Amino acid sequence: MTTPLAQQLAQQTATRPATPPAAAPAPGTPPVQAPPEAVRLRLYQMMVEMRDFEKRAYDLFLQGLVKGTSHLGLGQEAVAAGFGAAMHPGDYTFATYRGHNHTLARGVQMAPVMAELMGRQSGLMAGKGGSMHLTSVAHGMMGSYAIVGAHLTIANGAAWSSKLRGTSEVAVCFFGDGATNIGAFHEALNLAVVWQLPVVFVCENNRWMEYTPISSVTAVAHPAADRAAAYGLEPLLVDGNDADATYAIASAAIGRARAGGGPSLVEAETYRHGGHSRADPGKYRPEEEVQAWLGRDPIPRYRQRLLDAGIDEAVLVSIEEQSRRAVDAASSAAEASPPPDVSLVGANVWADGGASWRR
Amino acid sequence: MAEMTYRDAVARGITQEMARDPNVVLLGEDVGAAGGVFKATVGVFDQFGPERVADTPISEQAILGAAMGAAMTGLRPIAEIMFSDFFAVCWDIVANEIAKTRYMTNGQVALPLVIRSGNGGGVRFGAQHSQSVENWAMAIPGLKVVAPSTPRDVVGLLAAAVRDPDPVLFFEQKSLYATKGDVPDGEIVDELGKAAVRRHGKDATVVALAAMVPRALAAAEELATQGVEVTVIDLRSLVPLDVTTVASSVAATGHLVTVEENPRLCGWGAEVASIIAEENLFDLDGPIVRVTTPHVPLPAADALEDAAMPSVARIVEGVRRSLQ
Ligand SMILES: Cc1ncc(C[n+]2csc(CCOP(=O)(O)OP(=O)(O)O)c2C)c(N)n1
Repeated sequence: MTTPLAQQLAQQTATRPATPPAAAPAPGTPPVQAPPEAVRLRLYQMMVEMRDFEKRAYDLFLQGLVKGTSHLGLGQEAVAAGFGAAMHPGDYTFATYRGHNHTLARGVQMAPVMAELMGRQSGLMAGKGGSMHLTSVAHGMMGSYAIVGAHLTIANGAAWSSKLRGTSEVAVCFFGDGATNIGAFHEALNLAVVWQLPVVFVCENNRWMEYTPISSVTAVAHPAADRAAAYGLEPLLVDGNDADATYAIASAAIGRARAGGGPSLVEAETYRHGGHSRADPGKYRPEEEVQAWLGRDPIPRYRQRLLDAGIDEAVLVSIEEQSRRAVDAASSAAEASPPPDVSLVGANVWADGGASWRR
Repeated sequence: MAEMTYRDAVARGITQEMARDPNVVLLGEDVGAAGGVFKATVGVFDQFGPERVADTPISEQAILGAAMGAAMTGLRPIAEIMFSDFFAVCWDIVANEIAKTRYMTNGQVALPLVIRSGNGGGVRFGAQHSQSVENWAMAIPGLKVVAPSTPRDVVGLLAAAVRDPDPVLFFEQKSLYATKGDVPDGEIVDELGKAAVRRHGKDATVVALAAMVPRALAAAEELATQGVEVTVIDLRSLVPLDVTTVASSVAATGHLVTVEENPRLCGWGAEVASIIAEENLFDLDGPIVRVTTPHVPLPAADALEDAAMPSVARIVEGVRRSLQ
């Protein structure tokens, strides 16, 4: 019998005062032991880079340089950073179309990601996939999927493969609250438990699907956590705007999966600062709700916590300056790249590199 | 050489590949201990055990998602979708995920996997367990589509499908499971995209697939008694499509008839007909004729199902129409 993760986390000594969030803390969120300083600085750096990257992507979208659509994770960085920092290099990430941050969290360089958003030759997939399909197998970023729910089943397959091959990779699969109402979610959860797969499912509950609140279409209050019991899993709710908390629960769940303890389902409560996609201003959301959550912005909150913990502000400033320089360099490099060669239209349908369907 | 049923040939093909490559795994509903609802995987579980032969819940999306995730990380899964009609509940994983991922990632993700499925009518199961859906698969870029007509080809084409680096949909025609044929001893591996000429004749080219191949051969026998000699081509795979074999036969006979179990609209024969019309028009001495199931869901009663599916008589009549 493994100790429930929530209990394990609660047993750790809380070394920080619980910062009172503007909204109520996630029920069941245990107090968390602070990670080592190096990890905390890494978490801060990851979040700052994600934020700067996505703000630039948004600017470039408004300038018409980022084409099509893009779904920003502004406000949700603590989830991507906490889990990204807890993963081992060989682990597998499966993300949604809202996947920029999860891609950066695996160490993928900003320049090819920005170039992919801009449809350039130097893009991560040479412009073949675009913002919604960021993939870098070399980094364990096994794809960003744009059909709600599907990738939960695919993450299972990667975890199954790891188990059968006797290797130790864990699959971590991120999805939105809306995905909890699609069949694939339930099929995937059940199979993951039946086969005891090394997979961690992470629901980023940002309260809204596209333009409709999740609460108005869901039978339970916590769309993921309240479903956990149906699959014999413990409900795990975490403050998704607290990088220490996401890192702690990620480490525990990933560690358990790696040790053969089976899957977990985590619900991280968070909020997207902007609209659903593109230039959506998100005006359908009540202003008080938006303001309350902006008050819980994971980045300034974490910055203050690091200062309170005695970290020299100059260290943080240097992280911030480096991040801005990295984003500048990445967007210049992306802008300098030519569009993809049109011969790529017929490339890589098949393993032979081509698209031929006849003999 | 041994005589064997089409259903036993499936298990033989799977066994051949699982014994050869430890990365080959089998998953699906009832495929393990029960040996499959069509008894096409009997013995595989006993030989390879529950790790490599995995019984699944009734979760078609989860089955194909697991196959995909496993394929992208080093395994070579063979997944079973019990009846091909059930592709409709997991078509997202087939058409959006499996088919598109190599392309979208510009070649980063390899998906060497096979999806086997019991396909087609003739077994009085009614409209939700009888449809021939190979044309659905053929319409999606990124999927290879195979449908064997003989026990020997089941083994050889299944081996080719498992070894292929791309996703392959492998249609096992339910009406053929009980049919028998000679299967040589030892390893059999075919090549995808090579049609087989099953009968040579100078007057017309009849192109068929899976269960329609023996039916076309029966029609050819009957036509021969009337002095008409037809070539019968078994396509064996729709993607890749062996245009060369069909076109060179049409160049010799001047007449093309397709025999398809799928419903009429957008059946595979329409694609074959359009290619020949576009590229080989001046080889034709008569209209291209398509013999298909009419554009209806398949009825259950034997009298109705037999009336719906292409019969020997309708194939004979189709050839006659092309020759007029
Ligand atoms: C199967 C499917 N249905 C609908 C859509 C259109 N769609 C894209 S994102 C989205 C909202 C999803 O909300 P959620 O799962 O909460 O994730 P979030 O966008 O908030 O990250 C919808 C309805 C889709 N992509 N796939």
